[in-house]
Order: sequence, then structure tokens, then C-alpha cells
Amino acid sequence: MSNTKPTISKALKKNIRRNFVERLIEWALMLSGLIAILITFGIVYILVSESIPFFEAVSIKEFLTSTIWTPNFEIKNYGILPLVAGTVTITGIALIVAIPLGTITAVYLSEFASHRLRETIKPILELLVGVPTVVFGYFALLLVTPLLQKIIPDLPSFNMLGPGIVMGIMIVPYIASVAEDSMRAVPMAMREGSYAMGATRFQTAVSVVMPAALSGIIAAYILAISRGIGETMIVAIAAGQQPNFTFNPVESAATITAYIVSVALGDLEHGGIGYQSIFAAGMVLFIMTLSLNILGQWTRNKFSERY
Amino acid sequence: MKKNNLPENKNLDLIRALIKKHKKNDQVFAGIGFFVIASLAIALLILFLDLLLDGYPKITLEFFSNFPSRKPEMAGILSAWVGSALVLLVTFFVAVPMGVAAGIYLEEYAKKGWLADLIEINVANLAGVPSIIYGLLALGLFVYEFGLGQSILTAGLTLSLLMLPIVIVSTREAIRGIPVHIREAAFAVGATKWQVTLHHVLQYAMGGVLTGIIIGMARAIGETAPVITIGALTFIAFMPPSPVTEVAPFINFDWLDAGFTVLPIQMFNWISRPEHAFHINAAATGAVIIILTLLMNGMAIKLRYNIRKKIKW
Repeated sequence: MSNTKPTISKALKKNIRRNFVERLIEWALMLSGLIAILITFGIVYILVSESIPFFEAVSIKEFLTSTIWTPNFEIKNYGILPLVAGTVTITGIALIVAIPLGTITAVYLSEFASHRLRETIKPILELLVGVPTVVFGYFALLLVTPLLQKIIPDLPSFNMLGPGIVMGIMIVPYIASVAEDSMRAVPMAMREGSYAMGATRFQTAVSVVMPAALSGIIAAYILAISRGIGETMIVAIAAGQQPNFTFNPVESAATITAYIVSVALGDLEHGGIGYQSIFAAGMVLFIMTLSLNILGQWTRNKFSERY
Repeated sequence: MKKNNLPENKNLDLIRALIKKHKKNDQVFAGIGFFVIASLAIALLILFLDLLLDGYPKITLEFFSNFPSRKPEMAGILSAWVGSALVLLVTFFVAVPMGVAAGIYLEEYAKKGWLADLIEINVANLAGVPSIIYGLLALGLFVYEFGLGQSILTAGLTLSLLMLPIVIVSTREAIRGIPVHIREAAFAVGATKWQVTLHHVLQYAMGGVLTGIIIGMARAIGETAPVITIGALTFIAFMPPSPVTEVAPFINFDWLDAGFTVLPIQMFNWISRPEHAFHINAAATGAVIIILTLLMNGMAIKLRYNIRKKIKW
């Protein structure tokens, strides 16, 4: 009897310490979770705080309407349009390549391929998503552009067509795997209903499965656009880094991302207008990709049918 | 010919023709689909083979033990692979503990509410932010506000920001698959929440967490744009201070402040030169990067496949 009392109080003491440690750990874990919010906050803070001095020197009207971008030249012009034009053109070429090929691949894998073929192709698609983009840049400049020059003799060695096509090939696995996932998620019963009415596989795929998976497929396209806009190395290597207000794919041009790289490669004068200009350009890029990402997620959630 | 005179049979023929047409459509699409996949595979295979064959003769021991040089035949990737290894070391020790901890918090600890929702939205959005934006964040914040300079530490921290969402998402997915009764059994014998998490939940989730870590590291190896943006040098002909020293305490952290280059930046630098001999060096570097990332990603995919096959709750 006399032994029980101290043992219990010891155990309680241990409990107090234990509870304290538990609480401490929970706090530490929560702090790690908060890092995600901090990073987003940090991105917005840096982009805004570095852009403010830029927009004090440059009017927003000039920034959005001028068609010349030469912040690091003697005569300075600050029109973002040439960079946006380059970004839109190259991403457009990439989408012309990637959307049909990616969609066909997804439909084939989801509705036509045998189980074994699908299980072989899917991991390869995942592998391709992991290939570093600097390697695709090498392909664009040193393999695809020389090949295109045989078809279009006047093509300069820096152009938008080559990197656009390579970027398209790079995006195909991305579209294919996201779209395929959403088509696989359509319940089998819907396909069976369609077959029972006498529809063929192709009819079922086009008239039943694709409409049912439409939100996922469109989300895949939107996220692919966002990826194309943010892609850096392919365009920095193969499209040339000279801002050029044109939508002509056989000319050279710079994208927003390529401009940031070209400035970063040179001497950065911290606090100068050239330094601030990359944050202003980055802000435009961030706003474009963020709105596309939100739109993509919203499409997927809003229009996804629950079965 | 006789049966065609009957109206019912005429309809039957029409239906048969219709069925035939639609079945043909099936085959045509199957053909197109197979053709698309095959031609994509062949195109990519040609591209990769061309790069590997161009670079192959260059991949010798000297290539790994020489510094970059103005003479292409003498140039190697010593400073680049050492730089990559040290940067990844920093990335690993920052991103893995934080990412796993955040994943655990969101799955095991966080109560449903605005905070958990906010973190979740942020993680999802961060995964879609272009990598060059992280470079700008690092340039403004790490290089200038924190005064870390254009160092290995800055690059490691930058890449860990990129890797964080990957680790968080894969940790969460791995934990989500673990049934409640595993936790209940541990609670029933008196384990605390953290003991349950550390000794049971994390053990079962380890495979999935590892998959995410490997994929994240593979991505960090090839990531170029953010490292260029923070101002990494493209021509480095010296080694950072060694992390291991001969005198006590045997470990030295001076290398964190050192200037550096990494494999993809070295490759980018050689691609940008006009001489063809440098392009061969670029191909060889590209081959090294591709082999590394494919090996790592392959390992991760295999690991995930094995887990899916093995675990039946």
C-alpha cells in the first residue's frame, strides 16, 4: 500500500512531461505546414516590393501598351507586349502539337489499349515528365531546328517554331496522363450501358466517356497552358533572347521567362531598373500562371460529375 | 438476290452496313492511336539516342575529374557534379524534414477548418508555380534580404522550396492509405498521438514518402532556371571548401558560402557556345543528367508499384 502513492505521482509527472512534448511536437508540425503559406506570401511580397520602384519609374500604361522592350539599352523602353507575344506564340505552337496528340494518346490508353500495353506506357509517360527541360532545350536548338531548316531553308537558328514543337512534345505526356486519369475515373457501368445500346468502342469513347470526363480533360489543357507559359530553359536556349514583337513562328523572339534568364546571366546591378524589370516581368508571369492554375482547379471541381 | 426484294432484309443489310462502318471506325481509331503513340515513342527515342551517341565518347573518367576549360577537349564537369551534389545535400536536409512534417500535420493533426484549408490551397498552388518564380523569390529574399549571396546554401534552399510541395503531397497520399484500425490498435495499448504517428503510421507510409523524396530529388537535379536566376556562375574552375576536414571537429560548413555551378547550368553554358566541340560536351553532360534522373524516377515508380502490389489491408 505504501508503495502505490509515489508510483502514481511519478507516472503523473511523466504524463505531464509527455503531454508537454506531445504539444511541442504538434506545434513544430504545424509550423512546417505554415511554411507553405509563408512561401506564397514570400513570392507575392518579393514580386510586389521589387516591382513598386519599377512602376514608379515606368507608367503602367507604357508597360502594358508599348511594343518595345529594351530596359537594358541606352534608349530604354518598357513595353511588356513583345515578351507576352513571344510567350503566347511559343505556347500556342506547343498546344497545337500537344492537345491533339495528348488527347488521342489518352483516349487510346484509356479505352482501346490492352491492360498490358497501358501498364507499360503509363510508367514511361511518368518517366518522360521527369526529364529535365534543359535537355529538351538541347533537342530544340541542335536537333529539331536543323531538321526544320531542311524544310524551311530561311529559318534562322533561333526561332519560335523549333522550341514550340519540342515544348509540345514535352507537354504530351502531361496532358495524356491527366486526361487518361479522368477518363479512367468514369465508372464502367456507363460504358456498359453504352455497349448494351449497341454502341461501338469509338462511339462510347467519344459520346459517353469523353463528355463524362470533360472537366478533367479541360483541366489538363489549362494546366498544360500554364506549364508552357512558365517553361524557361527550352525557350531561353532555342528561341533567342531578343525581345521581338511578332507572332511569326519563324522569327526569333524572347518570352517572359527567357528575358529573366538573359538578365540573370548578365551582371545584375542590385536595385537598378534592369534588376527591377525582371520582377515586374515575373509578376506578369505569376499572375498569368496563377489565374490559369486556379481556373484549372476550379474547372475540375466545379464541373466534375460525381458518380 | 432474291432475299433483297423483301423490305425487312433490305433494312437488315443497311444495318449490317452501318455496323460495318462503325466497326471500321473503331479499327481506324485504334490504328491512329497506336500510330500516334508509336511515332511519339520513336521520335523521343531518336532524340535521346542521338544525344547519348554524341556524348558517349566524351564520357570518360577525365570528364568527371576535369574542370571546365576554354579548350573543349580538356573540359570536364568536376565542379558541376560536385556543386550539384552539395546543393542537393542542402536541399535534402531542408525539404525532407519540413515536407514530411507538413504532410503529417495535414493528415494526422490538423483539424478540419480554415487553417488546414488555407495550407492545402497553398500547397496545391505552389506545385503549379513556374520554377523561375522561385528563382526570383530566392534572388530577392535569400540573396539580398538575407544576404546569403550567390552560394550553395542559397541554391539548396531555393530547390528545397521547389521540392517541398512534391514531398508534402506524396507524404499525404501515403498516410491517407493507412486504415484507421492500425492507429486505433496503437492507441488502445496506450501510445500517445506522436508515438502512433512515428512508430506506426510513418512506418507504413515510408515507401510512399520515399517515392516522393526520390522524385523530388530527381527534379532538383535537372532544375536549371531558378539556379540561373539567383546568379549561379557558369564558369567555375575551383572546388568549394571540403565539407570534411582533417582536424577536429572534422566537419566544416564553409562550403555553404562558396560559389558554385551545377550540372544543368554547365550543360546550358556549353549549348550556348557556337563551337561544335562544346556541343559534344553538352551532350555528354545531358547524358549524365538524363541517366541520373531516369534511374531515380525509375526507382521511384518501381517502388510505388511494389508497394501497391504488396500491401493488402
